[in-house]
Amino acid sequence: MKLTLRVWRQKGPEDKGRMVTYEVDDLSPDMSFLEMLDVLNERLALKGEEPIAFDHDCREGICGMCSLVINGTPHGPERATTTCQLHLRKFKDGEVVDIEPWRARPFPVIKDLVVDRSAFDKIIEAGGYISAPTGSAPDAHAVPVPKPDADRAFEAAECIGCGACVAACPNGSAMLFTAAKVTHLGLLPQGQPERDSRVVDMVATHDDLGFGGCTNTGECTVACPKGIPLDTIARLNHDYLKAGGKR
Amino acid sequence: MAVTGGLLLLFVTAHMVGNLKFFFGAEEFDGYAAWLRTIGAPALHHEWFLWIQRTGLLLCVLLHIGTATSLAVRARRARPVRYRHRPAVQGSYAARTMRWGGVIVALFVVYHLLDLTVGVLNPHGEHGEVHANVVADFAPERWYVTLFYALAVIVLGFHVQHGLRSAFQSLGRGDARTLDLVATGYAVALVVGFLAVPVAVLVGVGS
Repeated sequence: MKLTLRVWRQKGPEDKGRMVTYEVDDLSPDMSFLEMLDVLNERLALKGEEPIAFDHDCREGICGMCSLVINGTPHGPERATTTCQLHLRKFKDGEVVDIEPWRARPFPVIKDLVVDRSAFDKIIEAGGYISAPTGSAPDAHAVPVPKPDADRAFEAAECIGCGACVAACPNGSAMLFTAAKVTHLGLLPQGQPERDSRVVDMVATHDDLGFGGCTNTGECTVACPKGIPLDTIARLNHDYLKAGGKR
Repeated sequence: MAVTGGLLLLFVTAHMVGNLKFFFGAEEFDGYAAWLRTIGAPALHHEWFLWIQRTGLLLCVLLHIGTATSLAVRARRARPVRYRHRPAVQGSYAARTMRWGGVIVALFVVYHLLDLTVGVLNPHGEHGEVHANVVADFAPERWYVTLFYALAVIVLGFHVQHGLRSAFQSLGRGDARTLDLVATGYAVALVVGFLAVPVAVLVGVGS
């Protein structure tokens, strides 16, 4: 099959950037979206042109490294699927496909489709951890966790920190990511000591980094490759109001 | 946003329910309007409660617009480079039209006050003769006024649908499916309640 790609090319952080059109033929519908870019890059290299820079790592949908806004949708048209797990069979032969990077001020473009997502690390540093004593690990069943809590915590812990929520949000907010961490740790007994400071500090850091405010539009949860539910944000707000009352 | 919106919604709901007194005839409707001016009496002087309420509402509106503006400014700053390709339909219609919908509702409120509170834009425009004012306002030959009211109320309905859902979420209550149902039901009830009076006048009830 054949695709017409319009890809965001940007030489570096200071470059203005532009969409560049590439005709790519001889593609198999069984290729993943990233394999298709690999093929294009090999052809570009043979012609002596600069290959397109894009992020990828595990290519199994679990690492959170791949990104790409495909035809205006982060990770492309298939729900709950990362770009690396997206296949060309989801596209029509001859289709025009626009590929852009995540667009948000706290995610500056490094090159082409690669953005710097260290802003997420700063949010994690602000409170996305638990205090654990050193020494040998305690028995896994030493602290009982109610099953529904464990399930919800696990659901939130599925967040791979890819940033699709920010890319999709009309406000450029990272609230779904922040809420996933607050929910995941706040539901478990090990996360209780820092429960109040965690939510307050993580939200403050989120705002300082220049992410927008959440207006509950729900775009994030639709784009999320792990389907983190919107009510995790309600849980974050609940914890935030409670923590504020205690100060 | 959530708290001021909630207070405004409480007023809007009371307003809608009060409007339905129209169907009990001119005497009762005008009497209801006169009673509104005596709430709190004798502790409060004539219309004092009304003015306290109006001050409160104005404060809510200003804070509501203020927080909405700050959110919009933050959103713009958070995405300095726009997407070249963005599908036209993203998320719910109500969520996407909150900002412009809010502006339309605010403009409508200004017109509505000049029409039925101050009376300068009303063809009858007599203070205290509320029933007659309403009947004159939505007379069949002024169908365009009724149409404008209807559109504004529907815009308000969309605003409330997302607003109510969002307010619960912001205040930390969020079972998404229940909230959707409650918010949609509430918005529909509000729109139907508000449209009942103009539509009734249009088809000749009360004249």
